[in-house]
Amino acid sequence: MRSVDGLDIAKNLEKQGVSRRDFLKFCTVMATAMGLPLGMGAKIAEAVTTLKRPPVLWLSAQECTGCTETLLRSSHPTLEKLILELISLDYHETLNAGSGHQAEESRLKSMRENKGKYILVVDGSIPVKDGGIYCKIGGKTALSLLEEMASQAAAVIAIGSCASWGGMPSSSPNPTGATSAQEVLKMKAIKTPVVNIPGCPPNQYNFLSTVLYFLTLKRLPELDENGRPKFAYGRLIHENCERRPHFDAGRFAMEFGDDGHRKGYCLYKLGCKGPETYNNCPAQLFGDVGAGAWPVGTGHPCFGCSEKGVGFTIPLHSPARLKFITPPANFPGIAEERGKGVTVAAVAVVAGVAGAALGAAAVTAKNLGKKDEGQADTETKER
Amino acid sequence: MTESKPLGGKIITLPFLVCSFIAAIAGFLLIKRFIFGLGSVTNLSDGYPWGIWIAYDVVVGTAFACGGYAMALLVYVFNKGEYHQLVRPALLASMFGYTLAGVSIFFDVGRYWQAYNLILPRYSQLYSVMFEVALCVTTYIIVLWIEFTPTFLKKFNKETLRRRLNRTLFIFIALGVLLPTMHQSSLGLLVYIAGQKVSPLWQTGFILLLFLISAITMGFSIVIFESIVSARALKREMEIPVLSKLAGYIPPLLGIYLAVRFWDLVGREKLGLAFTGDLKANMFIIENLLYIIPTILLLSPSKRSNPRWLFVSAVSMLLAGAVYRFNVFLIGFDPGPGWQYFPSFSEVVITLGLISIEIIGYMIFVKRLPVLPSLSQA
Amino acid sequence: MDIKRRDFLKVVAGGGLLLATGEPAFARAPKTLPPNALGILYDATICIGCKACQSACKQYNNMPPDHTYRPPELTDQIWDNPVDLSAKTLNIIKAYKSGTGATKNREVDGFSFIKRHCMHCIDPACVSACPVSALQKNPDNGIVSYNKNACIGCRYCQIACPFNIPKFEFDKPFPQIRKCQLCSHRIEKGEISACCEFCPTGASIFGKVTDLIEEAKRRLQLKPCTYYKYPVSTVTSSYKLLQPVDKYQEHIYGEKEGGGTQYILLAGVPFDKLGLPVLPELSDANRSETIQHTIYYGLIAPVMFLAGLLYAVHRNAKNEDDNN
Repeated sequence: MRSVDGLDIAKNLEKQGVSRRDFLKFCTVMATAMGLPLGMGAKIAEAVTTLKRPPVLWLSAQECTGCTETLLRSSHPTLEKLILELISLDYHETLNAGSGHQAEESRLKSMRENKGKYILVVDGSIPVKDGGIYCKIGGKTALSLLEEMASQAAAVIAIGSCASWGGMPSSSPNPTGATSAQEVLKMKAIKTPVVNIPGCPPNQYNFLSTVLYFLTLKRLPELDENGRPKFAYGRLIHENCERRPHFDAGRFAMEFGDDGHRKGYCLYKLGCKGPETYNNCPAQLFGDVGAGAWPVGTGHPCFGCSEKGVGFTIPLHSPARLKFITPPANFPGIAEERGKGVTVAAVAVVAGVAGAALGAAAVTAKNLGKKDEGQADTETKER
Repeated sequence: MTESKPLGGKIITLPFLVCSFIAAIAGFLLIKRFIFGLGSVTNLSDGYPWGIWIAYDVVVGTAFACGGYAMALLVYVFNKGEYHQLVRPALLASMFGYTLAGVSIFFDVGRYWQAYNLILPRYSQLYSVMFEVALCVTTYIIVLWIEFTPTFLKKFNKETLRRRLNRTLFIFIALGVLLPTMHQSSLGLLVYIAGQKVSPLWQTGFILLLFLISAITMGFSIVIFESIVSARALKREMEIPVLSKLAGYIPPLLGIYLAVRFWDLVGREKLGLAFTGDLKANMFIIENLLYIIPTILLLSPSKRSNPRWLFVSAVSMLLAGAVYRFNVFLIGFDPGPGWQYFPSFSEVVITLGLISIEIIGYMIFVKRLPVLPSLSQA
Repeated sequence: MDIKRRDFLKVVAGGGLLLATGEPAFARAPKTLPPNALGILYDATICIGCKACQSACKQYNNMPPDHTYRPPELTDQIWDNPVDLSAKTLNIIKAYKSGTGATKNREVDGFSFIKRHCMHCIDPACVSACPVSALQKNPDNGIVSYNKNACIGCRYCQIACPFNIPKFEFDKPFPQIRKCQLCSHRIEKGEISACCEFCPTGASIFGKVTDLIEEAKRRLQLKPCTYYKYPVSTVTSSYKLLQPVDKYQEHIYGEKEGGGTQYILLAGVPFDKLGLPVLPELSDANRSETIQHTIYYGLIAPVMFLAGLLYAVHRNAKNEDDNN
């Protein structure tokens, strides 16, 4: 492996107990996660080892540190070390070695030196109400920090639902005016491209894949209309859900712990938001512990955490709105019963009216007959 | 000729109140129909898109309202002046019958707010039987009101205007004969395009002629029926001599009708279907028995001058015409296996409400306007 | 006056005779296939009942789910499960089953799927019936389309259609008619009907009707238990699937039925068993229009009749007015 800028990543890795073989394996896994051909693994390896470590600045606004936590739990070859040393994480409130002015200096220095080249990761929503005073770092509002840092960044990656679309802080009544990074940039007319990695927390591999894609191909992955990478957010959870066959067959858990719930039936009726949430949870899973390690897999309905207008907005147990119509497991016959037939009330009215009419006619006819003789007589008399 | 006079008397009577009550319920249900759609009050479905609102209110309703047409045909075309006293009450009933049929079409069409598209040339579709029926019926409603206008004018003493209108009235009377001739026959032709969905017992190219003849006989019958009933209800003397003479026209007409009906069925080799014992077959037998009974009864001159037999024949013929139309539009209509229809409670109530309004209107008109011949002439 | 009555009766009788002969002078020529008629060929023998067409149809026509089919064994139903075509379902897969239902494409003890949607008739009854031209047949590609701005909601098209295709929104205060329009919004963009694009086996294929009939005739020549390369999605597609051939009914449904249709079908089970009506070759529209035309041709007969009436009424009403 070649050395760039006096830094031999391979040696460095070996020192930390990561063999070259393991490293390549990791790169291949990432390539697969991004939906790239297998050969791309080698390219990624090349990209991360040959370049100067790309600088990354991490701005935290109204957040819970969940996104950082999830990133720390990556377990492919000691990932936090790998990534944190592959990239040059020049600023991160939680992970900074230094603090206070020292940390702020590091941020400014990196911004100066890497102007237009660094990646800005935003974590948490940006309060914009009252001039953004609800979140300040080093005396500056998150709003002004984002404006300052995003305008000079190569790309902005908004990690987590808060940064992507406002998340939990933006739920009504939204006291701080919590806004997504994308919206703020639009407001401030900053043209830096934004990638959203929504989720609460998002899957760390979706984030890592995006970063590596950018490093390798020098461009952002294909995004959908909401700025989310398509490789991760291209499909509904419902489309890949392992419980889907139960849905199609009409088998549902009706309450937690009932027979259907224990048998692993579909959680739609418990309020699962899978049918309207775009994410790859059922395929990517969480925590690297194998099958079933995701909310629906554990028996809890999807909360729709990554979907704007669903998570933190629609009540947990109200049923999802279905996005697509797909087939059930049974077929109507050629001639099924259709249309509305006889009801007692209708028959009663019809019979009543018909009976009354015929009865009246009969009585009239009878009475006419009675009168008939007399009348006929009078008529003849008159004539 | 006879002089007509308003009857006078109280407007608010017990029948008036009962009818108003039914009409009020129907009105409430109609509000529901306009807010929640047709499905909320009717049992209509994609298989049976037309229910009793079309079969009864429009098709049977306008046939019952053919009194004006039949009398105009007799008095003005065949110059039978002796029936003139029957024209005006018949015209009034026709006016109500047709107007309410028009109103009920408005309830029944789904996109009523653009019903005026019918008269826009860029949308008109001249091949459509429905187009002809709709335009004809609409025009005829207007013609009926114009024909009845002299009565209003008389009431309000606008003599000069009345004279002026009377001079041009012959045009409207002529239209009043032409238009029903066209649409009463076309009402039958409406189902012709449904092809095999209508049972062969009723589906025939002769349906035009059959509908036309039966509409005329129903017109005569309704005149007889109304005359007898209103004479009884309003305690007036009956116009038996005129009615029995009128009834004399019915047997030949019905004879032609029955001849065409059965000759056609035999010719198409479908008469056997009448004896399969199912609902359609039984309804066919009932329908035709109801036609045959008055034909035989009215052939006898003594029965013709007997109010009882006159009344029975008239009722039988009216029922026959109604059953025939129901058979064509609902019972003989089969969109395919599995489909079913029976009117819903609300649907029936709305129809009853319309009939109630008709009765109320008729009663008010005869009491306040010079419609019925004055008693001295009877 | 007596003479006049006799004349009048003559006119009536003449009209009756005109109808009686059945061969009126103004009989309309049967309509022919439009020059670039587009259509669908459905082959029930290779349909697997996956309903991909049904769900694709919903997706690309923005139709809501429909839960009208509730068989007794399924007590808890929520998913899109229509019992028939409706204002919410423009395309449906139904199943025929008899006896044990063991063998596919067999009439006895077998089963078959059937795909139902608008047939896009060559001489459509709905177009002939519509009083306001809301339903129209495209003169070039023959697609029967609906214009809600013209429609008055009289539902005469539903009465007229021999296949019960037009559906009405009975549950809406401002309803409209719904029917398959062969995805004409997709065809405009150079795409094909969604049901054909998403059919995985080539059971539904899109193309020019002439090509489709040719393909159908070719399939009828095939011997059962041999293999045939069935084109997928379009009749001219180069992507073909090698599939075993089952026994066909010797009949191309829609070639002649009701004057011919642009949706044509092949099946292993008789078509009347699959719920398709047995129709004569002359369309109902043709027969109805012939009568309508005979009577109202150029409005000659009504105008002459009116002239006679005007004369009679004018003469007869005059004495009446004097008397009154």
